[in-house]
Amino acid sequence: MGNASGTGAPGRGSIYESLLKRGLSRRDFLSFCSVMAATLALPASLTPRIAEALEKKEKPVLVWLEFQDCAGNTESLLRATKPTVGSLVLDVLDVEYHETIMAAAGHQAEKSLYDVVKNKKGKYIAVVEGSIPVKDGGVYCCIGGRSAIDIVKEVCSNAMVTIAAGTCAAYGGLPAAAPNPTGAIGVKDAVPGITVVNLPACPMNVENLTATVVHFLTFGTLPPLDNLGRPLFAYGKRIHDNCERRAHFDAGQFVRQWGDEGHRQGWCLYEMGCKGPETFQNCPRIRWNEGVNWPVGAGHGCVGCAEPAFWDKMTPFYKRLPKVPGFGVEKTADKVGAGLAAVTGAAIVAHGIGRVLSGGRKEKEEE
Amino acid sequence: MAAERKRVYAWEFPVRLTHWINVLCILALSVTGFYIGAPFIHAVSSKQYIMGWMRFIHFVAGYTFLCSVVLRFYWAFVGNRYSRWGALIPHTGRQWRDLGDTLKFYLFVRRKPPYAVGHTALAGFTYLFVFALFVWQIISGFALYNLVQHGTLWVILGGWLTGVMHLQTIRLFHHLGMYLILAFALAHIYIGWYLDSRERNGLMGSIFSGFKFVTGKEWE
Repeated sequence: MGNASGTGAPGRGSIYESLLKRGLSRRDFLSFCSVMAATLALPASLTPRIAEALEKKEKPVLVWLEFQDCAGNTESLLRATKPTVGSLVLDVLDVEYHETIMAAAGHQAEKSLYDVVKNKKGKYIAVVEGSIPVKDGGVYCCIGGRSAIDIVKEVCSNAMVTIAAGTCAAYGGLPAAAPNPTGAIGVKDAVPGITVVNLPACPMNVENLTATVVHFLTFGTLPPLDNLGRPLFAYGKRIHDNCERRAHFDAGQFVRQWGDEGHRQGWCLYEMGCKGPETFQNCPRIRWNEGVNWPVGAGHGCVGCAEPAFWDKMTPFYKRLPKVPGFGVEKTADKVGAGLAAVTGAAIVAHGIGRVLSGGRKEKEEE
Repeated sequence: MAAERKRVYAWEFPVRLTHWINVLCILALSVTGFYIGAPFIHAVSSKQYIMGWMRFIHFVAGYTFLCSVVLRFYWAFVGNRYSRWGALIPHTGRQWRDLGDTLKFYLFVRRKPPYAVGHTALAGFTYLFVFALFVWQIISGFALYNLVQHGTLWVILGGWLTGVMHLQTIRLFHHLGMYLILAFALAHIYIGWYLDSRERNGLMGSIFSGFKFVTGKEWE
């Protein structure tokens, strides 16, 4: 993990150099470059260009901010067990500030963050994890006496580029779920006008973060983004269209109950409420935990965690369609009852007034 | 009821054509759409292609429905007085009066049905809403189709909606739209049959032949 000490060690060197220091071979390095090319959906012929960039260019300085989060994206970053692609990923980044993993604490830690903001202005990458609460002046999330909204405004507006890691940072995520008590929002809404790359999912797949950074180092530009600010290489394809169970969908073979014959056979999870048909991410292609597996592969439907408002809109997770808005049985029944009582009362009053006005005429003549 | 009856050409060919295309499309779209929402046939072999065919039929019927609705939309500008927008949108005092009378008739408050050569004012007004429902189904349908088929055409036909509403909300209301259309279809057939049997004006036959038989009171 480069320098997470918070001291900003001198001579940070290139990614390649730091890999050699870790005792990795050139072969490992080149295999990492080709994995990155594949993740970015680039042709293999561009692998040498990626290798060249990673050999020569300095590791980018990165600060990692955490706000209303569960550190799940940090877990995603750190859960690399073997010295393979997973740990190579960590060496690509020179992390100067990261609350969860840095050695420094207190004022010393905070100083390292603002040293980067001051000394590396416009040259560092800011990664934000977690949503930013803005209700009541932002009091619901404060670090070192400063509110999240203050910190994110200062750090992200001075960064070269901001990466929103995970759904909370991208769209508000779970803290922003109805009724959103803290007024949580994503980075793009919190600091309008800055360059933000959204890497949603719960958690973000760390390979997409690495690939975004590698793309930036290699080509000097951000990868092409969609209208939600997500890189197209990772979020351009629908999960349903790349799913290994898709053939069972087209055939009409569905899991109908957990543990039934279809479930054992690995059939389509559509009827179990899989949200693959409305979710865009590259999970089926690059998978998780160094390509071991992914939710649908493990027999559970997609919950659509990479989409905006997934906690409100993709639920119930085990049903195809969302609930009809405004329908909670008891609450709704009470409302209907109160409404009916009001209408009945009004009708009686209106009828009574009508009778008085018409002089108590009892029978109306037929037409 | 007077014995003298005149034969009136009320429904021109494009009106009848689009009506029946709509009927076939709605049937096909409802059956396949219901399957897509909640699969009711399950394959016994992976060589089958049930969902594949259901989706294919749904999409082809969707395109057909779109064309039919566009044609009917055009005809509301150039067709006869019974098929124009004027017959659908209540804009005269008489139409509003007829609308109230028709409602009273259906609620068993009034004994005599209002007379109309084409649609009654209430029917026309209802079709306006049904027409809006058709447009919603088309736009929301193509918004969902836009997930599969990328391109400017599909963005125009409905893809733009995904920027306004969440996909799952679109899906839910696309689904509920089907039930509204089916509920309308039932009421539509029942009322048609009821009026025909009361007035003996050939209402049910008119959507096949185009001709209705009127007594003359309609022009009062």
